Amino acid sequence: MTTTTPEEENGVKRRDFLYIAAGGLGAVGTAAAIWPFISQMNPSADVLALSTTEVDLDGIETGSEVTVVWQGKPVFVRHRTEEDIERAEDVDLADLPDPEPDSERVINPEWLIMVGICTHLGCVPLKGQGDFGGWFCPCHGSHYDTSGRIRKGPAPANLVIPPYEFLNDSNIKIG
Amino acid sequence: MLKLLTSLSIAALVSLTSLGTAQAAGEAVELKSVAWKHGGIFGTYDRAAAQRGLQVYREVCAGCHGLGLVAFRTLSDLGFSEEEIKALAAESDYLDGPDGDGEMFDRPGKPSDKFPSPFPNEQAARASNGGAYPPDLSLITKARPNGDNYLYSLLTGYVDAPADFNLAEGMNYNAYFPGHQIAMPSPISEDAVEYSDGTPATVDQMAKDVTVFLAWAAEPKLEQRKSIGLRVILFLLILAGVFYAVKRKVWSDLH
Amino acid sequence: MSFEPKNPAVKWVEDRLPITGMLHHALYEYPTPKNLSYWWTFGSLAGVMLVVQIVTGIVLAMHYTPHVDMAFNSVEHIMRDVNYGWLLRYMHANGASMFFIVVYLHIFRGLYYGSYKAPRELLWWLGLVIFLLMMATAFMGYVLPWGQMSFWGATVITNLFGAIPVVGDSIVTWLWGGFAVDNPTLNRFFSLHYLLPFVIVGIVILHIWALHTNGSNNPTGLDLKDKQDSIPFHPYYTVKDLYGLAIFLIFFSAFLFYAPNYLGHPDNYIPANPLVTPAHIVPEWYFLPFYAILRAVPDKLGGVMLMFGAIAVLFALPWLDKSRIRSARFRPIYKQLFWVFVADCILLTYIGGKPAEGAYIIWGRIATIYYFVHILILLPLVGLFEKPKPLPASISEDVLSKKPASEEAANA
Repeated sequence: MTTTTPEEENGVKRRDFLYIAAGGLGAVGTAAAIWPFISQMNPSADVLALSTTEVDLDGIETGSEVTVVWQGKPVFVRHRTEEDIERAEDVDLADLPDPEPDSERVINPEWLIMVGICTHLGCVPLKGQGDFGGWFCPCHGSHYDTSGRIRKGPAPANLVIPPYEFLNDSNIKIG
Repeated sequence: MLKLLTSLSIAALVSLTSLGTAQAAGEAVELKSVAWKHGGIFGTYDRAAAQRGLQVYREVCAGCHGLGLVAFRTLSDLGFSEEEIKALAAESDYLDGPDGDGEMFDRPGKPSDKFPSPFPNEQAARASNGGAYPPDLSLITKARPNGDNYLYSLLTGYVDAPADFNLAEGMNYNAYFPGHQIAMPSPISEDAVEYSDGTPATVDQMAKDVTVFLAWAAEPKLEQRKSIGLRVILFLLILAGVFYAVKRKVWSDLH
Repeated sequence: MSFEPKNPAVKWVEDRLPITGMLHHALYEYPTPKNLSYWWTFGSLAGVMLVVQIVTGIVLAMHYTPHVDMAFNSVEHIMRDVNYGWLLRYMHANGASMFFIVVYLHIFRGLYYGSYKAPRELLWWLGLVIFLLMMATAFMGYVLPWGQMSFWGATVITNLFGAIPVVGDSIVTWLWGGFAVDNPTLNRFFSLHYLLPFVIVGIVILHIWALHTNGSNNPTGLDLKDKQDSIPFHPYYTVKDLYGLAIFLIFFSAFLFYAPNYLGHPDNYIPANPLVTPAHIVPEWYFLPFYAILRAVPDKLGGVMLMFGAIAVLFALPWLDKSRIRSARFRPIYKQLFWVFVADCILLTYIGGKPAEGAYIIWGRIATIYYFVHILILLPLVGLFEKPKPLPASISEDVLSKKPASEEAANA
């Protein structure tokens, strides 16, 4: 057929519109149906409800450290000595792979609170080891200082500071 | 062909319907029927009634019945504020631990805790209740046929036993309990609670309120389910219409 | 018809693994009788339901805990805390019922149009194997929530094997992995419930392979004679099946969103208690006809044998039905008997849901006897004595003869 009448053209248009509408609706419906199957793998309501942890700071001696669990991860709560604080503040930021002053990493300088997971590949660093008086990750040899900043080794960034607040002088809420 | 289709689907529907009633029937007692606000296609839970129902549960039922699958935090569904929920949860103590010294300790409840159980285990519950086990109420309205109406009927169904009825020692007569002999004495009496919203606490009112609360406890996602369902079905109706048009179009060039 | 891909990448693969051509042949050009009614939609719907069950099941297994102390609460955890958990679980639970509805209609379609007859006997057999695997899967799946019906259903059904002479008790102990239904039973049921659907997928592939070897049956029961009789599967039956799917999903959604517990049993919301039996133990509706047959016999071994026999006789159907005409459209007497048989199966379903007492026992026995009489006696006899109506010369002649009268019906 070499020529088409207007009627036939209308027919073709109507058909194309139908096919596009059907395909579009089918795609939208499929996408909507897939969403619950993806969403179900996100944290469930009971997991989210446990997303904050409260820590009582009484009884953590100066110079000692406790590890608490927050959202399934270890969090180091370190009661720093004067010496620790001085060492953390007395650093030339230009020497750091991830420059960050100590004052930005603490609310109260006596207390250093950070997620105890090496920023390299997720191991838990050991306290009191390494070349900088802070932490040392045994997996691939990353050294952290008394502010939890990376100083030497493969880790790309400082240990993460979780969101937390002081409820009063001796209680903090992480998360 | 259409005749075949309709007759078979009618047959299937009839058998399904009779099946449902067959399972629901059980005892031949007809339950009282309430037009629940959460029934029907658009029904949602009556928040005020559910809040009153929580009060009834806590002041009347919780002495014997647990609600072990319901977390305090979920009460926000019923319109409770975060502060109210914290205060409510903190009223019960929970065993936690061990602490740094290896000792278990009691701490006040948190919103993430589930409602506490009144008894440490089933044996203790039976021992305190003359051998009968007060069931956990988390799923009670789904665990009984026609559960909402059943629960309401049961709570308001304590009447005097017929003269010729042989009631066992320590049992109570209830018009709606299967077998009519129930170990639980009539749990709610007139003005057993004092509603803060001024609603008169009649037996009928309290029975309805606690039923709404327990219906929510058993099926907390009912409202989400219905609203998603409505959108899904409307979408499918349009989809079916368009697919039908496409089908007609595709088949029209066939001779 | 050979498949020549134009895209060089597809051609590269096709030269090494002709999978695209195989799919093209199976889903695109597969020559299909032009007169298939909507009854032929249930096969593809069953395939869709199998996929729905597998996908929802895999997702539920991410949150479920197969342990007697935790199974019930983990299901409630899914219902209350997991994102869209209630939707996924209701989809899976109601999906099982939908799968059976679709498969039962598919089977009755086969019975009405004689789809089991030569050369489709193996196709029929493979379908019955799928049906048996579905029943095993559904039964074990129902045990997993560890409610009262789960526990007592598992106890009753596994005890059936105790009817086997001599070794029965040992087999039951072996099935349980203990001396009652308990944690080992739950664990193995979970493992098998996860495995069997994939076995079903394998058999479904064989089922479709067998189907495509001899082609689909059709409402006339006639073989394809020439090109006039057939049309390519795509786009004709793909769009028709998609339309059928949309309608079916509305039906599914009505249960899923507005009566999700209608087809279940309230007792399964009570945690399993090995010391208390529910007043009436009732299997899921799709097992009720077989449950009725089981209870029709006042003898344990007899009942079990008759129940399994009810499915076993279906395997013999291609040889029991002596008529050479496939479609009931041209078999006036068989057509009547078919509907009586359907009514009988519905009656068995009804009886299976009733307590075994009084008139229900009598009716259960009558319906059971008739089930076997239909298959073992009436079918062979009717085939010998029935005088069939005249057959049309071909599928296309049959379609054309109807067209002026009602164009719609022929299209449908």
